Amino acid sequence: MPRLSGRARMSLIDARHIDFAHGGQRVLQGVSLSLEPGEIVTIVGPNGSGKSTLLQVLIGALKPQKGTVTRQSGLRIGYVPQKLHIDPTLPMTVTRFLNLPKAVGKAEAEAALRTAGVAGVGHRQMSQLSGGQFQRVLLARAILGKPQVLMLDEATQGLDQPGSASFYRQIDAVRRDLGCAVLMVSHELHVVMSASDRVICLNGHICCEGTPEVVSAAPAYRELFGTGTGGALALYRHDHDHGHDHDHAHGHDHPHHHEAAE
Amino acid sequence: MLDDFLVRAALAGVGTAIAAGLLGCFVVWRRMAYFGDATAHAAVLGVALALLFGTSITLGVAVVALAMAMLIHGLSGQGTSVDTMLGVLSHSALALGLVAVTLIPGQRIDLDAYLFGDVLSVTRMDLAVIWGGGVIVVAVLWWHWSAMLTATLSPDLAYAAGINPRREQLVLTVLLAAVVAVAIKVVGALLITALLIIPAAAARNYARTPERMAFLSMGIGALSALAGLRLAVIFDTAVGPAIICVAATIFALSIIGSKLRILGT
Repeated sequence: MPRLSGRARMSLIDARHIDFAHGGQRVLQGVSLSLEPGEIVTIVGPNGSGKSTLLQVLIGALKPQKGTVTRQSGLRIGYVPQKLHIDPTLPMTVTRFLNLPKAVGKAEAEAALRTAGVAGVGHRQMSQLSGGQFQRVLLARAILGKPQVLMLDEATQGLDQPGSASFYRQIDAVRRDLGCAVLMVSHELHVVMSASDRVICLNGHICCEGTPEVVSAAPAYRELFGTGTGGALALYRHDHDHGHDHDHAHGHDHPHHHEAAE
Repeated sequence: MLDDFLVRAALAGVGTAIAAGLLGCFVVWRRMAYFGDATAHAAVLGVALALLFGTSITLGVAVVALAMAMLIHGLSGQGTSVDTMLGVLSHSALALGLVAVTLIPGQRIDLDAYLFGDVLSVTRMDLAVIWGGGVIVVAVLWWHWSAMLTATLSPDLAYAAGINPRREQLVLTVLLAAVVAVAIKVVGALLITALLIIPAAAARNYARTPERMAFLSMGIGALSALAGLRLAVIFDTAVGPAIICVAATIFALSIIGSKLRILGT
């Protein structure tokens, strides 16, 4: 990528030939992936295709049976999980949550909440937040450590269409702010793909990868998701390039895409 | 002299309750109550083995409780449902301990003392063990607090932050065994879990942060220990169960109080 010129290229994360099986079930097979500074990579794939497992392998939560994962030493990862269940017996204010595991200043915590689009919820209990607020607080926590990589695991699950569109806009803004790489997992192809430098289509193994245009035209991708996304991609591409709002396109394409993603 | 043994009992009760109250928060947050039960029940087997080999009871209890805790820790890493396994281990250990204690030749021991505690007979040495163990438990939890809290919220968040949640769980496991060894003299093997979870549960509705809950829980534990001892002396009942009765009463009041507060707003 041009914005990296002048610096020695070094992948933030480099995974090679990952095999992972769970309970005799093969989940990942020969998956190789590397993430460069500043790039946006989206992993798409049907349910059960191993997307979340791959992220967990990359952060070190799961050990692959075969293959290697090399993380740049001291790599700062901002991780936004798919969902986070906080046991009702555990009282937790938003501010306290932001201070885990490292204590941060009050001003810093407030700034992160503002960046994530949920200014002023610091005193609330995590359990009192709406779904959208909760995900944004997770995002705020993830960006507090000034991550080099922001990893999002279907972070908009449970949000409605406008909610998830505005969440992704927020991520785009955050990324421009921090200049971090973004690795996200999604099934919401129409929103995500256009904003990505690279798309990886996963179904246990990597079916195809490349720029959004290349992937959406690839036979393997069409086989998995149908052909419905081509037109929408163009819409969103346009959208992304010019920074218009996403909601407009949703109205048109939502039913179409839903079908395609399922 | 009379004052002296009551003072020792009070100190033993408060020391145990503080360590248990703090650790108990994690037991509640991580839903480890059954885990605590199994570890505590194994303590009876520890008593039997200690008598058999002529070592100190505390050592025997600590070793067997630790072995049981490690076994469960290992099983829980397999990803299978451990609920049934915990039940099997917990009660087998208790039964085996009860049988073993009665089979030991030449020993007529007061089994009740280990099942329900015997805080009125604590020696200076017991007191040193209780407070020494208690201070270690509190210090280790203090040291690991943030990492453990993160691991409790989500193992994945912990991994992403460079924390190994399995290691944090192992630390908790070891601390649990330590608390069991410390508490057996005070409330006995059967009621240790109660001392872990009831003060923490009572604190829940009055805390907005984990730290507040931990401090409240320690306070409620200490209060229960003192009030329980006092009531046991007045009504001439066993001390351990009296302590738990007070804690349970505080828990009930806390529930009523929080319901009233909700109605009031």
